[in-house]
Amino acid sequence: MKFALFTGCVAKGATRELMLSTMKSAEGLGIEFVEMKSASCCGAGVVSEKNPLLADALNARTIAIAEEQGLDLVTICSTCQGILKKTECHVDSDPAYKEKVNTVLEEGGHQYAGGKVKIQHFANVLGTEEGLTLLRDKVKRPLTGLKTAAFYGCYVLRPSGLSLYEDPDNPTGMEEIFKILGATPVYYESRTKCCGFPIIMMNKDASHDMAGNALIDAIDSGADCVVTGCPLCHLSLDAYQPEIDKMNKKGCSIPILHLPQLVALALGYSPQELGMDKHIISTTRLDKILA
Amino acid sequence: MITFKIKRYNPEKQAEPYFEEFQLGETDDLTLLDCLNQIKWTLDGSLTYRMSCRSAICGSCAVKANGHAILACQKQASQLVKDNDTITLEPLGNMKPIKDLAVDFKPFWDKVDKVNPYLQSSKKPPEKETKQSPEQFKLIDDASTCIMCGACYSDCNVLEVDDNFLGPAALAKAQRFVQDSRDGETLARVKELSKPGGIWDCTHCGECVERCPKPAEPFDRIKEIMTVALEQGVTNNNGARHALSFTKSVKSSGSLNENIIPVESVGFFNVKGLFDLLPVGLRMLFKGKNPPILHKSIDDVEDVKRIYMELSE
Ligand code: SF4
Ligand code: SF4
Ligand code: FES
Repeated sequence: MKFALFTGCVAKGATRELMLSTMKSAEGLGIEFVEMKSASCCGAGVVSEKNPLLADALNARTIAIAEEQGLDLVTICSTCQGILKKTECHVDSDPAYKEKVNTVLEEGGHQYAGGKVKIQHFANVLGTEEGLTLLRDKVKRPLTGLKTAAFYGCYVLRPSGLSLYEDPDNPTGMEEIFKILGATPVYYESRTKCCGFPIIMMNKDASHDMAGNALIDAIDSGADCVVTGCPLCHLSLDAYQPEIDKMNKKGCSIPILHLPQLVALALGYSPQELGMDKHIISTTRLDKILA
Repeated sequence: MITFKIKRYNPEKQAEPYFEEFQLGETDDLTLLDCLNQIKWTLDGSLTYRMSCRSAICGSCAVKANGHAILACQKQASQLVKDNDTITLEPLGNMKPIKDLAVDFKPFWDKVDKVNPYLQSSKKPPEKETKQSPEQFKLIDDASTCIMCGACYSDCNVLEVDDNFLGPAALAKAQRFVQDSRDGETLARVKELSKPGGIWDCTHCGECVERCPKPAEPFDRIKEIMTVALEQGVTNNNGARHALSFTKSVKSSGSLNENIIPVESVGFFNVKGLFDLLPVGLRMLFKGKNPPILHKSIDDVEDVKRIYMELSE
């Protein structure tokens, strides 16, 4: 399997361990990623607040680059995934708008064709029949005894029309992956909710409350760790967990893993190789379970 | 045969709500509302819920089915059954239950009132009508379809933690007037809507779009208000500063500079705000998790800059 990898900004910035573990997972699985080095930020649904056409032009340019590479595009961030799909939908559903966007792109030498490449989150790729078979073949260290709580990230689920999950209100894609890795999925209500990150600068208390409710729900359901497909969720749930812990009477403490870290752990890589020592909430308590 | 697991509540008899199960045999072609009626007429006359039009127009019958808000009259019961042929029904969320599936809509209506949901203009009314072009109408068409059912309000992730948030329906209603060419108070409106509890408190969860039975889809309307607010220069708040800083960062390097955004979002002169950023910043620094100080540009950032210029950004 070979894909154009759209890394997104956060995997290159505050969650570099996501990039590291993505490349290790790919290495272990024999997936080839060609990094899209000239692709811009997806705008995270924020650039479109300022100028919707600008956001769509930037993302149409990104998709056009994958088209030029002749490779399906893979994202490693729920937000990037949802935002690129939104642009694809805006541009594909309105020929006049598509022409407008392509006029903006023209001078840069890119043209968006549409319908040529698939835009998928890494979790979606692993969730295909082919991906699951590959995983099954390559697992070296089954994560037996590890109870994992999926946290999907809003943008891969809603709007459901753009989601690649079969039942976005009750998705099972990540949990299917957990099972093949040998871990035990924990189903809890908050797994499809918002982590609060988008308003962390605007309404900190509400943001931390959202994250806290989700973490407590996961803990009460017996999870050893939360696993997310979105680096922004990771920041909200991990980097800010000390604040969240303080806000909650009961307190809360639980390690947060990126999905590719969990995958690569099962492929036999060590926590250090996957940047797990970079997390704010220590992941060492998982070593005992996995020993 | 479908089992309806319904959350019952009657504070006059019992303080705590409880679930009660009802079974119906013939449910083919019945909407969920038809089923509720069957239960009420044949099994338990005390079951309480709201309804009127039976055709997704009045907005009365929204309830939570299997954890998500829907219009009971708009969905076939057979489409909703889960494992064991069961449908779990609860009152809408984020509002206080009054009895069984009926909730108190007062906070919902109060918030709609708060956005002044009527045209405001100091101009003398015209002799005849004020004409709207198709383009002008298109801007307010989607929001106009709202039937005030409260499904969005029920499932909004921010309202679960902050009552102060105006919420999706009121904000969608606000957009309908912010972008109405006949309204004269655009600036005053977006100033008010940019305050805490307004547009910038929306967390992008997309629940309102997912639950809305009409094209009103509040999150998209909220983003339209944001664009107008920025156009109107209402930028003295964290949400607006964040959007501007983010957009600028992508222009200069093609990617996000995470070191700058938080600082620019709270504002350079906001000492308390900056102080609040310190713990998480230091924590990340200690772990070597801070974004690289020298922010790297993408390849061909010139093309991104060109696109910005072309769109006058
Ligand atoms: S997108 Fe915004 S308004 Fe809509 S439900 Fe989520 S937080 Fe509420
Ligand atoms: S915006 Fe949609 S979901 Fe919300 S009250 Fe109006 S019609 Fe109902
Ligand atoms: S009864 Fe009127 S919308 Fe359902």
